[in-house]
Amino acid sequence: MDFLGYIVVLCPILTLITLGMAGLLHFPFSESFVDRWTKFNVTMGLAASIAILIVMLWNQVGVHVVNVGNFVAIDEEHFHFHIQFVFDRLSIPMVIMSFVLVGVIGSFANIYLQGDAGYYRFFVCFSMFLVGLLFAFLAGTIETLFLGWELVGLSSALLIAYFHERTAPVQNGLRVWAFYRVADAAFLAAAITMHHLTGEGDFAKLTGDMPWPEGTSQLLDPWSSFFVGLLLLVAAAGKSGLIPFSGWLPRAMEGPTPSSAVFYGALSIHLGAYLLLRVSPILSASIPLRVCVVLLGGATAIFAAATARVQTDVKSALAYSSVCQVGIIVVEIGLGWWYLALIHMIGHAFLRSLQLLRAPTLLRDYRTMENAIGGRLVQGPFWASSTQAGASQNRWYRFMLERGYMDSIIDLMTVRPFCRLFRFFERMEDRWMRFLSGEKETSRIDPSESANPTTPRTPNLEPNLGTASEGALS
Amino acid sequence: MIGLIPWYDLVPLLPILGAVVLLGNPNPQRARDICLWISGITLALATILHLANIPANASWLGNISGADLIHIDEFSGPLLPLTALIYFVTLLATVGHKAKKFSFGGALLSESITLFTLSTENTWWLVFLLCVGIVPMWFELRARQASARIFLIHQSLFALCLIAGAWLSERTTVPSLNLSVTLLTLAVLIRSGAFPFHCWRLDLFDKASFGSAILFTAPMTGAYLCMRMVLPTEPDWALHTISVLSLATSVYAAGMALVQNDGRRFYCYLFLSHASLVLVGLEIATPIGLAGALSMWLSVGIALTGFGITMRCIEARVGRIELNRYYGLYNHMPTMAAFFLLTGLASVGFPCTIGFIAAELLTESAIAISPWIGCLVVLSTTLNGIAIMRAYFRIFTGTKHASTIPMLSQPEEKFAITVMALLILGGGLYPQPGVKSRYDAAIHLLENYHRSTPHSQEPHSQDSDSRDQASPK
Repeated sequence: MDFLGYIVVLCPILTLITLGMAGLLHFPFSESFVDRWTKFNVTMGLAASIAILIVMLWNQVGVHVVNVGNFVAIDEEHFHFHIQFVFDRLSIPMVIMSFVLVGVIGSFANIYLQGDAGYYRFFVCFSMFLVGLLFAFLAGTIETLFLGWELVGLSSALLIAYFHERTAPVQNGLRVWAFYRVADAAFLAAAITMHHLTGEGDFAKLTGDMPWPEGTSQLLDPWSSFFVGLLLLVAAAGKSGLIPFSGWLPRAMEGPTPSSAVFYGALSIHLGAYLLLRVSPILSASIPLRVCVVLLGGATAIFAAATARVQTDVKSALAYSSVCQVGIIVVEIGLGWWYLALIHMIGHAFLRSLQLLRAPTLLRDYRTMENAIGGRLVQGPFWASSTQAGASQNRWYRFMLERGYMDSIIDLMTVRPFCRLFRFFERMEDRWMRFLSGEKETSRIDPSESANPTTPRTPNLEPNLGTASEGALS
Repeated sequence: MIGLIPWYDLVPLLPILGAVVLLGNPNPQRARDICLWISGITLALATILHLANIPANASWLGNISGADLIHIDEFSGPLLPLTALIYFVTLLATVGHKAKKFSFGGALLSESITLFTLSTENTWWLVFLLCVGIVPMWFELRARQASARIFLIHQSLFALCLIAGAWLSERTTVPSLNLSVTLLTLAVLIRSGAFPFHCWRLDLFDKASFGSAILFTAPMTGAYLCMRMVLPTEPDWALHTISVLSLATSVYAAGMALVQNDGRRFYCYLFLSHASLVLVGLEIATPIGLAGALSMWLSVGIALTGFGITMRCIEARVGRIELNRYYGLYNHMPTMAAFFLLTGLASVGFPCTIGFIAAELLTESAIAISPWIGCLVVLSTTLNGIAIMRAYFRIFTGTKHASTIPMLSQPEEKFAITVMALLILGGGLYPQPGVKSRYDAAIHLLENYHRSTPHSQEPHSQDSDSRDQASPK
């Protein structure tokens, strides 16, 4: 069975290495080769994962571990960076689902992006995403999960900025990357704290040797579980777009439709929920932590449900619908309904992928139908119209339309003070350097090096560049 | 026969010979060719010596001076090929109009001094070399008619502290030793550019050529000074001072990198942040922490040199980079874009790159010492990661760049960046030999440390005990 396990992991890696290295060395393959090669590897991976499922069911085995070995080992210090892949009740459904959805959407993208200048770049990021996803789902150690987690983050940010000759997708890509980095930081801190507390990064050591979800937390006390669990909850919130990070999801829709479907509708958005499921024994060890999980999930679900109803474009509406469902899944996880959460996740992923792939042609079909019936299609009333009136309804409508001002609040509370502070430091440094050098101005740019007649300056695209809100996220 | 030849003398002497040859050669292209040959042979020799594990036996310089001037151990072994590599790829990527303005003779002289510095632990020889190493850069600043005052003030203070500290360290009275410790700590902080002594680095990147500035800062001689003269003798309070200031510098520089609009300053802060992280690890002084810091030393050296070369190549095409506008260069230089991202992410410890395990080891040891230190290390890498992606988007995306000339990378540039990319990915996908070598070096350094400061054994052994208790193994 190990052989099959290796095929599941190696096929996407092979795609990434071949496409990535050829691109890096500036010898990209033709579109038809990329298409055939991607399809072949995804099909092989899918077949191998289904075969593993059949073998495990046949042998009535709940869990199968593929030990790749130590990536790094310092035996004297008991430090091991172990690469291990776990095929169990949680990971196998997710892996099969990933292969199916990625395969379908890969075929869709092959037609959707045919002849596009970024076709090759899309498939490099696409294969990086698949590798990251499989590493995250199959990870037997927290470090392996982190590895996959990071790959998913990078590929997502690059795909959001796919149409990179426009400013908006790029700005959105950067903002999503910033949110992901915050989530990554929380995850890294949690992973290393767990590694430090237990001496190992294996999930089997962290959550006991029993197959998922029957393990128990091996952390020393409930407060350790609470602290580590909170960090993991922040990481999950960042990745799954829970409050207060929900703002990145509609921004992510700047990417091409196939990537929106696969990343934000189906797979990437569930990664946070998957993380919570994987460490469910740690959640079980701390009641306050479970309360936090339920509250966060519930608040996200309510907020996203209301926001989705008032969005003016189909992709944003679908994005918030996804967040709403993920919020409910998180509530289920907090309540300990692990299997329900898993089934909910899979069902939701398939439904949302279909909706997102369907979205570009939906408007055209609506028009066709309206032309056929000779009038407008009947639409349901806004949810609050029957109970709220006048100014209050408008206020709520505006509040939800602006997505709860979540991004503005984050900018106001974190980005702006941060930029102001560091710009102040910069001014102080300049004054200090002027004092030391005895010059009136610090000469930042040597005129002989800045002049270049071949590169006309593009107009400054952002009017607020000199202000404090510039910098990190715009 | 092989054992009789003083190979380790040859490594730093070769560039000096090259510099002498270049003295009477005014043709930049010819000078570049000679320089590349010399630098390439130096790199090959240093690499073979390190890989073949050839010990430093007899030394010409040692015989002449009567002192042990060349000392190669587990710690300094890989630093020689690393430094030779930094010089080689930087010189290789010096093409076109950059070659006309670049001082190849000065670069070779500087390479020689740096290699001598990294292959000795003799106190006065090290002091001499670190002071002499300032001179080529000072000459370059003078030649560019730039004000060298900030550089000179800091480096004079550094030299003063270093010489006085080294002199006082040979006294036996307690006040002299305490003063020596203070001065040496100050010297390390100034040379490493720790806050608030970092302004000379900004000034250097502003006024010197980008290549020279990279070559002066990338070998991290300040950290080497710390390991050779400070760690073996200093008490815990001095190490903590360096550690705290380095940590503050790392976070501060990461924050500053994020709001920079000038490309060179952005690179300078980025490098400063990472170099400070190396110092944080060095001062943690546990085997894992030290191994992480030494691994990070290599990864930062390779990744940020590659990053700097990429920025320099871009600068050669579009002039000084300003990060408050979009350039949209992706379509003109896709390979450079990929390499920019690869080297940048490698420096922040992205998975599958050379910095990943280093960052992991460093963060783990930092959390073991104190969760707050661990959090600040994570914060620093997080900010750096955002800063790198911001720079990537600003330089390569956001608009359509119109250019009348082809901007694709030249073969030399392509070769240089491919070598660095292979090292970054190779070191990331197969990290065990590198980490093991750095762990052995860490153990060697800690043995020296414990031997010279027996009072400091207790806390580390306690830490080790508590770690063992926590570990189920």
